[in-house]
Amino acid sequence: MMNEINIKFLEDSFKKYYFNHFDLITTPERTSEREFGYQKFNSGMFRHISIKDDKELHLLFIQNVPSDVYCSNAYYSFPNSPMNEKDWKEADLIFDIDAKDLNLSCRKNHTVSICNECNEISKDVNRCLKCNSSKLEKKSLPCKNCINASKIEVDKLSNVLMDDLGIDKENIHVYFSGNEGFHVYVFNSQFQKIISKERSELVDYIMFRGAIPETFGMKKFKPNRSLFPDFNQKGWNGRFSKQVFGSKSRRSKIISELLVNGYSSFQKTLDDVSEKIGVKIDPNVTMDVHRIFRLPGSINSKSGLTKILCTDLTKFDPYKDACFLNDDSVEILANCPIEFKLKNKKFGPYINEKITLPTYVAVYMICKKLATLV
Amino acid sequence: MLVLGQDEKAKYPFLADAGEYLKDKGFSLTQFGTDPVLKLSVEKALHRIKVAAAGEVYKSDLIDGYASKDYVLEREVFSFLLAIVLIKLTGMSTLVKRFALAEARRAENYLEKDLGNASNKSKIDLATRIIHDLFNIEIIKENDFFVIPVSDYLKHSVTFHEREWKLINRHVENGKVFLTPDKTVRLIRKELGNYISSKIINAPKPSMIPGLEVIVNELISISKKLTPTYTITTGEYPPCIKHAIDVLEKGENLPHSGRFMLATFLLSKGQTVQQIVPLFKNAPDYNPRVTLYQLNHLAGTSGSATKYTCPSCEKLKTQDLCFITKECDNIINPLQFGKKRK
Repeated sequence: MMNEINIKFLEDSFKKYYFNHFDLITTPERTSEREFGYQKFNSGMFRHISIKDDKELHLLFIQNVPSDVYCSNAYYSFPNSPMNEKDWKEADLIFDIDAKDLNLSCRKNHTVSICNECNEISKDVNRCLKCNSSKLEKKSLPCKNCINASKIEVDKLSNVLMDDLGIDKENIHVYFSGNEGFHVYVFNSQFQKIISKERSELVDYIMFRGAIPETFGMKKFKPNRSLFPDFNQKGWNGRFSKQVFGSKSRRSKIISELLVNGYSSFQKTLDDVSEKIGVKIDPNVTMDVHRIFRLPGSINSKSGLTKILCTDLTKFDPYKDACFLNDDSVEILANCPIEFKLKNKKFGPYINEKITLPTYVAVYMICKKLATLV
Repeated sequence: MLVLGQDEKAKYPFLADAGEYLKDKGFSLTQFGTDPVLKLSVEKALHRIKVAAAGEVYKSDLIDGYASKDYVLEREVFSFLLAIVLIKLTGMSTLVKRFALAEARRAENYLEKDLGNASNKSKIDLATRIIHDLFNIEIIKENDFFVIPVSDYLKHSVTFHEREWKLINRHVENGKVFLTPDKTVRLIRKELGNYISSKIINAPKPSMIPGLEVIVNELISISKKLTPTYTITTGEYPPCIKHAIDVLEKGENLPHSGRFMLATFLLSKGQTVQQIVPLFKNAPDYNPRVTLYQLNHLAGTSGSATKYTCPSCEKLKTQDLCFITKECDNIINPLQFGKKRK
């Protein structure tokens, strides 16, 4: 639980942002068919809210000063009715790519453990160094490597969406999630009306899960080398070839190896390949057709950064392009053992020290529970 | 509506309007009870039902979809329509199911042949039109394949349990799935069966036709002999559930999907929310209030009143929750574990 003074400070900072940057909040298409929801600091979720237009949305922000705001990817006849009376019509396809799901080796370097029992803050540990409790809350300050790795997943996803699933580039919108990854939306596709079970199949396809050897040319009985995929093939066959054969000249030799190793070994190869070429999306987000998903333009209270559209993903730097809070000075008590960068300036590490910093830095650390107002 | 030739009606008799067909041919139902020539059609109908009841597919007198004589074609259609009349007269739903399935598989064979007939465009057109009119799937021929939109493929394939039907195991390109004729037809098997059984169920029940009582009684006794299978249960938990319980007992973290599996499994086995809650008390993030709320939600006693059911083995495999053993014995859902058919 966060104390009153910190909450008041975060609310004031968020409010200023919403007042000055309402232009960044994109009311989604067909606003009145969506369900909205929001959270306030230290309180539960308010949802099943319907909103007519920009004006009403603006009012929601100013009146409630929410910590987080969400909007459904689904379209309903009655978005403010209880779930089973909403009359679900269709839903945009959504994807969540999060650095924490990528098993990156850099992660342990920028994760801190906050003890739930004694509040001790230490670099990534399994037990509290002070009281030996195992009830730890992990907070990560994602680094450049995390962001770049997430971008690669976004690119992989876009390729599958365009090449395999026939989606036009202009219908794919990529947002920085406001914390550790990216949210990808697909609009106006043939998949608008498919239900959860079907989306789950689509997820397995995109993640390269559940593949059988036969699909990639390996038969259980009388295997035949002419059935193996080739580089120029579309879809997973082509991607499989590039990953497993590496180069055209090695293809023949590797097929021979695969044939010698046999069917069950091939299944293991597929599982390894899946780990490498499958797109690492959060399956639950894409499967869920009743979700309320962070609203573009709103602040993510896990970081104080904004969920924002990435028009040029390669150049996008969240610690510069998604940081919109003001730089009024504020004094805080910081306990942040890890260095980080915001608006092109380096901060930290701070070991239990009182320090005066710009609001956007203070908010970032308070949101991560690594600082409090003095 | 499709306009069909006589041979097409023989192959796909469920497309014909029964009443109209008989009227066109100048017959009434009562004549089939007495007329010795028409009786041949009745016998054929009886045969058709018996074959279906035995779980097999009726072999017609057509050769490659053609017949030597017109009356052979006519009898093909008559026997199908009469079979429906006879089944209606028995009132046995077991027969409806078996007959619909068998006839669907018979039609499947013809559809497959028609689709695969590269030299005969009109046959392919008919088959694709049937699939479009009946099941609203747009299929287009592209070289040796039939392509359908991925979303349509998913709608029909998600109920299949074999891994080869997973989208990842299909050739997918530019929003389309590429299928061979046999897979195209297999994709709609269930719908074809449903279509035929709904035709039977929705047909009006005729009054008993004099002369057919013996046949109807014979069918009733055949149907009664098709006793439903019953099962015995060993009561042991499947390996996936044992594993999940193990993880929790050790105080390790079980992912959300694993908790969902465990809770829905136990709820389906008749355990109450109160009985299940203690299982989760060792979880590193245990919160009794949240656990109770979530379990009640799954049980359908709060929230949307939807009762959630245990995920399939296939789903659990992709979630890394499956720990298959020999004892699983090809089940498709953990709930079936340990049930032996007698």
